[in-house]
Amino acid sequence: MLQFLVRRLALAVPTLILASMIIFALQQLLPGDVATALTGEERDPQVIAFIREKYHLDEPLPVRYAYWAGGVLRGDLGESIRLQKPVSELIVEKLPVTLELACLAMLVALAIGVPMGVLSAVKRGQAADTIANGIALWGLSVPNFWLGILLILLFSVELGWLPASGYVSPFESLSENLAAMVMPAFVLGNAIAAVMMRHTRAAMLGVLGSDYVRTARAKGVSPLRVTLRHALPNAAIPIITLGALEFGQLLSGAVLTEQVFSVPGFGKLMVDAVFNRDFATVQGVVICTAATYIALNLAADLLSAAVNPKLRRA
Amino acid sequence: MSSGSEIARAETAGAEIGILEAVPSGPPAPAILQEPGTLAAFWRRLRARRSAVAGLVIVGLLVLMAALAPWVAPYDPTATDWGNVRGAPSLAHPFGGDEVGRDVLSRIIFGARASLGAGLVSVALAVSLGLPLGMLAGYAGGWIDGAISRLTDALLAIPFLILAIALAAFLGPSLVNAMIAIGLSATSIFIRLTRAQVRAVAAEEFVEAARAMGNPPWRIARVHILPNIVPAILVQATLTIAAAIIAEASLSFLGLGQQPPEPSWGAMLNTAKNFMDEAPWMAIWPGLSIFLAVLAFNLFGDGLRDALDPRQRT
Repeated sequence: MLQFLVRRLALAVPTLILASMIIFALQQLLPGDVATALTGEERDPQVIAFIREKYHLDEPLPVRYAYWAGGVLRGDLGESIRLQKPVSELIVEKLPVTLELACLAMLVALAIGVPMGVLSAVKRGQAADTIANGIALWGLSVPNFWLGILLILLFSVELGWLPASGYVSPFESLSENLAAMVMPAFVLGNAIAAVMMRHTRAAMLGVLGSDYVRTARAKGVSPLRVTLRHALPNAAIPIITLGALEFGQLLSGAVLTEQVFSVPGFGKLMVDAVFNRDFATVQGVVICTAATYIALNLAADLLSAAVNPKLRRA
Repeated sequence: MSSGSEIARAETAGAEIGILEAVPSGPPAPAILQEPGTLAAFWRRLRARRSAVAGLVIVGLLVLMAALAPWVAPYDPTATDWGNVRGAPSLAHPFGGDEVGRDVLSRIIFGARASLGAGLVSVALAVSLGLPLGMLAGYAGGWIDGAISRLTDALLAIPFLILAIALAAFLGPSLVNAMIAIGLSATSIFIRLTRAQVRAVAAEEFVEAARAMGNPPWRIARVHILPNIVPAILVQATLTIAAAIIAEASLSFLGLGQQPPEPSWGAMLNTAKNFMDEAPWMAIWPGLSIFLAVLAFNLFGDGLRDALDPRQRT
């Protein structure tokens, strides 16, 4: 197991380094002079000279990357030009909001996706299967920012049951926090629910066709018990590991969901930074996302290996 | 090299100068799309899937609508009309008017150009970059494979939409830049898929035989491998168009795609968000259009996959 861990880490580290190079290289896409672009509206030659000096812009690209990567390793993601604050501080501030949203969304996705997937596998080819597949297709095709707008129209504008926007910290008022988060969490979870449903269905179909399930059935175990006690626990492993990989989609979706509901999280930070031409913040958010994704990928692999020893040799 | 392959090489050399033109230089590739019999069977299988046919019909209608927009649209999509500011749907304006009195129906019809155009162009870009790179990685192996695969891992570590937003942010907001950003973000999907497909096909006996007969690598790749990986690429491309349409709408929704006053479904939703109390129709139609286009490509892609590879049918 230790050997497996080392081997996987040896793959993850270069991936992260390469990803950081790509993210750093994005700067080169800026039209015109980088220093001028970084200062945004400011045209004061002194400011431009300061920026040029601060970001070592006269050095060749690899040297600049080394400066930047060295900073990142020490937890220094640079300074937000617009907000005059370290990027790392901004991220630490906004991350909990997005994590809460992501966890709630995952809860929604599991609560809808797993039962639906189990049902459609058990009732394969029947009406329930068709309906579940139809719902999954809807979840995959509906743009989540539109779903958000529709929910606001219904529950905030028409019925007045839920606030359309406005985030309240759970430490201030848990009920107000949940009232503000229920629509964003549903919108974000909706698309993942469709993916989870498809994963669950495929995993359950595989397990339900295996010999031990047939044996259990032959012994006269009730169908419900076969499904829930014998089949589902074994189907759960791929569901959990594939679920971890959906986290990337969760973060992508959060950018738009937070925009629609004005949730002050990670995604809103990125979009605001994009419009303020605050490129250090954009890079900081993207590298944090990539690092999180790689870590989750690693965790998913380790989890699979811990459960299934055959994979450790792969 | 055995002496047998020397002979084979002499034979193919003959084929190249036209002597053995009619004689196949190896066992024919069992490509689905090469044999007329299987192509007809493929059409039969595709036609048998009502959902796939429905998807194809909707795609066809949308393409037609986009192509004929100037003749189909009742009004100029950018012409303002102060008598129709946030005008409710009426006979003259069936989908109502927007915040400056432009006809929503005409903007929906013209908006199809941005959405479908972005979907097709960005996926064409992703395939034209990803296919050669994936073939190179899968067929060359060694350090070339290692380098391309690590790069792909690094790109895949950054969630699709986050990478697209970051790219669009650095490139600057415009529809063309959004297409480039989406295309580059989707490239890694095609590199990875092509590589896996090439490795699977390259291990087949007919490729071994073609190699034994002394065919040069580029010829094996083009004649024996490429036709066999086309179906998988085609399916992935169709499903990626669906994702690209959502991505374009998302970027336009954030203000990073099509710029006003040119119409785009995503941008229309962005404006509609501010007028939800007074003019809900501004939010309904663009969202419904995105949903329909994405659903159509998803339905068609799913059907295509089932029809091309009956073994994968679930």
